[in-house]
Amino acid sequence: MSLTEAPPAPPSQPEELRLRKPSTRKRLVPYWLLLPGILWLLVFFALPLVYQASTSVQTGSLEQGFEVTWHFQTYVDALREYYPQFIRSLLYAGTATVLCLVLGYPLAYLIAFKAGRWRNLVLVLVIAPFFTSFLIRTLAWKTILADGGAVVDVLNTLHVLDVTSWLGWTESNRVLATPMAVVCGLTYNFLPFMILPLYTSLERIDGRLHEAAGDLYATPATTFRKVTFPLSMPGVVSGTLLTFIPASGDYVNAELLGSTDTKMVGSVIQSQFLRVLDYPTAAALSFILMAIVLLAVTFYIRRSGTEDLV
Amino acid sequence: MTQQQQTAGGDVRLAGISKTYGSFTAVQPLDLTVPQGSFFALLGASGCGKTTTLRMIAGLEEATTGTVSLGDEDITDLPPYKRPVNTVFQSYALFPHLDVAENVAFGLRRRGIKSVKKQVADMLELVQLGDFARRKPHQLSGGQQQRVAVARALINHPQVLLLDEPLGALDLKLRRQMQLELKRIQTEVGITFVHVTHDQEEAMTMADTVAVMNGGRVEQLGAPADLYENPRTTFVANFLGTSNLIEGEVVSTGGDLVVAAGGGKLTLPRERCSAPTTSGGRLLLGIRPEKISLAHVDDADCIAAGRNRVTGRITDSSFIGVSTQYVVESPAGGALQVYEQNIERDTRLVPGAEVVLHWNAAHTFGLDAAQDIDAGASSVEDAE
Amino acid sequence: MPVLRWIRRNLIVIAGLLTLAYMILPNLVVMVFSFNKPNGRFNYAWQRFSLDAWKDPCGVADLCGSLSLSLQIAFWATLGATALGTMVAFALVRYRFRARGAISSLIFLPMAMPEVVMAASLLTLFLNMGAQLGFWTVLIAHIMFCLSFVVTAVKARVMSMDPRLEEAARDLYAGPVQTFVRVTLPIAAPGIAAGALLAFALSFDDFIITNFNAGSTVTFPMFVWGSAQRGTPVQINVIGTAMFVIAVTVVLAGQVIASRRKNNARP
Repeated sequence: MSLTEAPPAPPSQPEELRLRKPSTRKRLVPYWLLLPGILWLLVFFALPLVYQASTSVQTGSLEQGFEVTWHFQTYVDALREYYPQFIRSLLYAGTATVLCLVLGYPLAYLIAFKAGRWRNLVLVLVIAPFFTSFLIRTLAWKTILADGGAVVDVLNTLHVLDVTSWLGWTESNRVLATPMAVVCGLTYNFLPFMILPLYTSLERIDGRLHEAAGDLYATPATTFRKVTFPLSMPGVVSGTLLTFIPASGDYVNAELLGSTDTKMVGSVIQSQFLRVLDYPTAAALSFILMAIVLLAVTFYIRRSGTEDLV
Repeated sequence: MTQQQQTAGGDVRLAGISKTYGSFTAVQPLDLTVPQGSFFALLGASGCGKTTTLRMIAGLEEATTGTVSLGDEDITDLPPYKRPVNTVFQSYALFPHLDVAENVAFGLRRRGIKSVKKQVADMLELVQLGDFARRKPHQLSGGQQQRVAVARALINHPQVLLLDEPLGALDLKLRRQMQLELKRIQTEVGITFVHVTHDQEEAMTMADTVAVMNGGRVEQLGAPADLYENPRTTFVANFLGTSNLIEGEVVSTGGDLVVAAGGGKLTLPRERCSAPTTSGGRLLLGIRPEKISLAHVDDADCIAAGRNRVTGRITDSSFIGVSTQYVVESPAGGALQVYEQNIERDTRLVPGAEVVLHWNAAHTFGLDAAQDIDAGASSVEDAE
Repeated sequence: MPVLRWIRRNLIVIAGLLTLAYMILPNLVVMVFSFNKPNGRFNYAWQRFSLDAWKDPCGVADLCGSLSLSLQIAFWATLGATALGTMVAFALVRYRFRARGAISSLIFLPMAMPEVVMAASLLTLFLNMGAQLGFWTVLIAHIMFCLSFVVTAVKARVMSMDPRLEEAARDLYAGPVQTFVRVTLPIAAPGIAAGALLAFALSFDDFIITNFNAGSTVTFPMFVWGSAQRGTPVQINVIGTAMFVIAVTVVLAGQVIASRRKNNARP
């Protein structure tokens, strides 16, 4: 948290010494600045969570209305029925996060240290996909991964699909409508959220530290392991969080690129809320997802020792 | 310790080494030998190529031409992590995520040495930082960081320690203290030190040998006193301390040289002139400000015969404690600087007074008049 | 083998460029398929070249209406979130007050929450209040989730600002208002602009939260979503390509102008 706060301004003009009132007015300035924004978040972010908590323990029907009956059985039922979707969500999001890190790190490194005068151009190219709606771009993957398309053909020829099918990631000669397509879409959609924080933290590293490590008998590989990577940890942590959190709740990729066998928990929440209109179950599912993500995030931040990130 | 054996690497030899970036030549082809165990300084203004030269020894910069050798071994193509050479970086480049002890142990660990505890403790003791082993670099003062940087490099017993403006980030007082400290350490461990600096006082205080660099070339190389007393170019004369340069015409080359300047005649020993001299040719005469004595014009008769003398008028005087610095406007050579010890102050020596400057002719040196008379004069300020 | 050595030396560059290709590929597909003339309702397989869609980008019912609605919502959401977020950021950096930690957490939490959770909980609130779902509920939701991102962007900039600059302004006879308008605001401007841009992009492209809280109102992402079920008109690709080309041109032009200015500033 910020250590650079300016001390409260001292009253300066001597003729105003008799007036002590302006200082109390000044003391209220931060509260007036905070009021609208914080109020907005309290009413439209915090309060809804309370409503949702209450909804999750209600029983009733759409026709007769719902009321709070502290019916915690909803949670048990929801978990029992939808645990595959939960596990799948965490698995897909986790895999996509790891893939984002593995794919994104070289690119972030390239921009930070190797791009030279191309740096700005490459940065623009990383951000450029944002300028087309992500739904349109996700639909494009339907074309790229289409059955009998170039990608599937190449993977087939190289017998990659045999291996992935054996692992259960793909089915026979298809990529579309398989877990691999969903993970591929998730990875694609959240890569920029991994690359930008990585780049920011890599770019801050003093180039002389690399030289110093080389001077002290570290080979380029060791320099990376002992100096570059540890110093990029803040970027790794915020990048993985920015990827994992939205990916775990996403249902767009699962719906567009997957099949009924790849449904993630977001899909379930969405259909319970908007189609089945079983609000208690939907609210319970949403709450469980929130709890899992918050626990995972807290644990992860503690483990990586970057609490000051928040 | 096996220091003696490990440091017996030999001299650092640069042969025809140069560095160009595109069309810009940072270092002209250069031959230089740094004797083993010496404290060697590369001195020059920023952009003169001294840091590039150092980085080529370290292996951080690839030489465009030429070779670097250490003793009998050619190390030109070795990457930095395979050279028995360590660097104290400008503003230190301490690893911010490691504590002091781990910073110091870094090089040992990279070479697969397991038990580093004792060595690290000894080294921290040498630089008087024993109690700071568990601090992170940002918790240290500038001077302490600097000592960690030295310890981190020295613990590897390099054959050569390279120091890139190591004191540049420190304030004046600390800098003086660290100069002596570094000198002490060098004497203690006996390793060759190559020190890059733009501060001529620092170079002269610390080094046995100083190479003055300018425009990618070594202008002159020698012991500090020798460089100061016998500069061979106007750049060295002006960059190292202050020189009064007076242009004149050679009138006699028999015995001592006699030069006509500003209506008078000045003499200098022939062996102190680095330029070719012919009767009728031009010459720059140099004399250091502290070698000049100042006499009021009324006392001109008391000046011993055989001394060089120049008349003038005091235009400015400033009292700086140990001495008083005068600026004297003279027909011989513009504004001349004179430093007088404050032993017995002549109260008549105030701005406006007519004076005679006189000095022992043996202290005069001669330079080629075909050079820029002001070369190097203001470089010290520019370099900051 | 020299080839292998070359690959080993440039491994990072090669890997990075491959990732870049992976990121750009879908955009190229979108662009190429905007010139397609598909046989059925779906634009997934290449048939033949055609400029039809480019000649009539609004030729599909509701497409341009949803686009204009999305732009309006993004505009107002950006305005609202930037104003509120900037104020909060200044308060957080420049003042001490009670409950600082709690407020920081409240700002951070929306960013650490899966979108679907926020979407679902906000819907329960609106349902409980009996609010009419539509333009206003979407706008409220967008301001809510953009707010935190604006605060983060502005805070970073204000924190790196030297407080002595403001002291210098005060010393040079600038009153509190003048100091803010003449010194603080111009220096914080890049952070505010970055926050606003981020807010616009997030709002314009948001689907999940909008889908929950829009009722029967259809924004552009919702239109695309619906068309993925019913049949994807080529016009979607035209809009996507046009947005991409315009945005990249603006960014690159901005960079060229900035670098020119820098060069001119040099004597």
